[in-house]
Amino acid sequence: MHPVLKTVLARLGLGLMTLFFVSVVIFLSIEMLPGDFTQAVLGQAATEETVTAFRRELGLDQPAITRYFDWIGGVATGDFGTSFSGRAASGVDRSRPVVALIGPRLENTLFLAGMTAVIAVPLALFLGITAALWRNSIYDRIVSSTTLTTISFPEFFVAYLLILFFASLWPVFPSLANVSPQMDLWERVYRCILPSATLMLVIVAHMMRMTRAAIINLLAQPYIEMARLKGLPARTVILRHALPNAWAPIVNVIAFNLAYLVVGVVVVEVVFVYPGIGQLMVDAVTTRDIPVVQACALIFAATYILLNLFADIISIITNPRLLHPR
Amino acid sequence: MSEPLLKMRDVRIDGFTDERWHEIIKGVDLDLHHGEVLGLIGESGAGKSTLGLAAMGFARPGCRLTSGEIVFDGMDLMAMSERRKQKLRGTRIAYVAQSAAAAFNPAHTLLKQTTEVAVRTGVMGQKEAEEYARELYAAMDLPNPRTIGERFPHQVSGGQLQRAMTAMAMCAKPDLIVFDEPTTALDVTTQVNVLAAMRKAVKDYNTAAIYITHDLAVVAQMADRIKVLRFGEEVEEQPTAQMLSDPKEDYTRSLWAVRGIEKPGESGPDKILELKKITAAYGTTPVLTKVNIAVPRGKTVALVGESGSGKSTTARVVTGLLPPVSGQVIFDGAPLPPELKNRSKDQLQKIQMIYQMADTAMNPKQSVGEIIGRPLRFYHGMSGTAQRERIAELLEMIELDPSFADRLPGELSGGQKQRVCIARALAAEPELIICDEVTSALDQIVQEGILKLLLRLQKELGVSYIFITHDIETVRAIADEVVVMYQGEVVEQGLKEEIFAPPHPDYTELLLSSVPQMEAGWLDRAIAERRELVDSRGEVATD
Repeated sequence: MHPVLKTVLARLGLGLMTLFFVSVVIFLSIEMLPGDFTQAVLGQAATEETVTAFRRELGLDQPAITRYFDWIGGVATGDFGTSFSGRAASGVDRSRPVVALIGPRLENTLFLAGMTAVIAVPLALFLGITAALWRNSIYDRIVSSTTLTTISFPEFFVAYLLILFFASLWPVFPSLANVSPQMDLWERVYRCILPSATLMLVIVAHMMRMTRAAIINLLAQPYIEMARLKGLPARTVILRHALPNAWAPIVNVIAFNLAYLVVGVVVVEVVFVYPGIGQLMVDAVTTRDIPVVQACALIFAATYILLNLFADIISIITNPRLLHPR
Repeated sequence: MSEPLLKMRDVRIDGFTDERWHEIIKGVDLDLHHGEVLGLIGESGAGKSTLGLAAMGFARPGCRLTSGEIVFDGMDLMAMSERRKQKLRGTRIAYVAQSAAAAFNPAHTLLKQTTEVAVRTGVMGQKEAEEYARELYAAMDLPNPRTIGERFPHQVSGGQLQRAMTAMAMCAKPDLIVFDEPTTALDVTTQVNVLAAMRKAVKDYNTAAIYITHDLAVVAQMADRIKVLRFGEEVEEQPTAQMLSDPKEDYTRSLWAVRGIEKPGESGPDKILELKKITAAYGTTPVLTKVNIAVPRGKTVALVGESGSGKSTTARVVTGLLPPVSGQVIFDGAPLPPELKNRSKDQLQKIQMIYQMADTAMNPKQSVGEIIGRPLRFYHGMSGTAQRERIAELLEMIELDPSFADRLPGELSGGQKQRVCIARALAAEPELIICDEVTSALDQIVQEGILKLLLRLQKELGVSYIFITHDIETVRAIADEVVVMYQGEVVEQGLKEEIFAPPHPDYTELLLSSVPQMEAGWLDRAIAERRELVDSRGEVATD
């Protein structure tokens, strides 16, 4: 077996193990949350008997270890359980499976993330490479200081500024990103423009600065001087001699930012009333809807682990020392 | 004579240090004709590389060409735009850098990098360039010239890379190649082959070359003419034969005669250190196999061999940084615990180290007094006045003024830094000092000073040395006994005179015959001898 394939498989195994530990941590920390779902729902009607009955119905009377393995066993087969919300002491069960709740929300979040990434990643790379190429020029200074500015503002502030300028003073885009499954693609894209732009301003800055730094870091290498002494133009030196050696740090910061697009967007979702998974999780925490909270947390963890795994793999295959061992 | 290929007149170059511009090349003239090889020689800081790069119209960041005339093939490089100069570089004037391992891009294959310039500038098509590159690989004596180009830089050895870089420089058929210390980073045994291949290629393709080096013996083999530089100025220039037999200037002569130290080798019955059947490994990679070495008290044992032979690993075993897999280290009659953390303060104090790079072996934020004071406090509990007095005493011992105690390492020259490192080792009052390539980074004249100091200290204090080096001349100067190592094994150990006198085991012979000699024709003889050795052994010894 090729050693790279072996490394990748090993990383994948490690990733799964990490996910398992994370699931334990998620479960334990939710156990330790104060308050109780049954009492919260039953309110005034929370007599000892009704609480006990309700707890039995939800399976909360089982010991924690049993509940953990029930949950994780279900997750392994794609069943995230049933949401607590919609249940009431009345006995009428209008609850829905967690998957049905999360599915469309996750889709929305991925749509926004994807739309942002498709523009942000190439843009960041382009800005980073050109800033490195013409470093210390006016262009470099403008790009660097602009990105430093956007990175310094809190994202809700950027979001409200965009709403102020592009939805209120000069109303070209909607301030509410209330998408629904019936909309066609362009309508969705149109409604998502402002939240997507907000996210872009934040993550482009990160990725661009890292790209620039990674390339400039390499410019002191003897092989870069050699490339210059071979008479190669600056563009070739950067693209063919510096960039191929800079991928590892760049890809890592890209992965980090893509993960942020999935797990860190709750503020932006709230500002634009976007029906994404972040908002769902916040709602679930307030109503103590444990199965939904657990599922969201697990999805977030998996996103991080998966994207970092991709970053690792790309770092490995762009490193000829690993790809072509002696 | 016809117009020279390269003509430099009164070239002046500034370098930016200490917040201002200093002149580092102070008006040098240089002529080079088609097919001619000029050797540029001098100590570090003489401006050799700067001048060599100026021949390409290039100044490193932090340098600038200020005035003078640089005319290449009728074109004035000083007046030319950067864009037009870039067109000349690689195609008409090529460069071969000091460390091929660092100068090759790790991300691309050798062939891709070799053909890059020729293809990009349209000198040749891709196919044609690849074919030519393979021809050059063969001309440079690279193994498997048809396929070696498919490899990545990390997949071939340092010597092979250096040859491949010469092939890369020649691929666009330049008229002039600047060789900037191309064999300095190589082992002597590898250097011989690379030198021969370079010389042959330059001759066969009638390329002119500027050959920059600090090693006289090497330049004597390569160059038609030699120019000696010092402090950015020309000392003298003469045809090679004349320069060797009859140098005009005192400075040049001092470069020639720098190794004046002569010391007979002596042994002794009393051993301060004995390594018994030491086998050591990094992980599962074995690096030392059943190594037996004995160090007589108050004497110097030199460990010689090429890189990878296990010299430094031996030092790591003695110091306890690398516990051996098996075998014993016996110090002063008693076995030492293999691991550093199990050794007592007393045992630690008696073995000290001095490193190759004095720069990186000292904390740049600490004054000389603090650096030397630390072992005084740690081993002897000295502080206050007693410590200050001892520091002054130690500084005097290494021939520095006691006022140096307040200086920072950054304010010292290379030789002074190494002296401070010696004082730090002495502060512990050790019985054995391990010197790991301590003179390799220094110029000849400074080296001589350090070696004399070490010899004097040995005489006065009776300290023993293990002297790790790849430089045979240093061994001749300082050693009592010599241990020759090859691939993790001891080839032989004995008194210096015995080891250096024939007959030798094959490897010792190879090592000794590889040391460049200051006479014309040495390279041809060395290559011929090497063929015989390799034939008799039936294997390629190095590279």
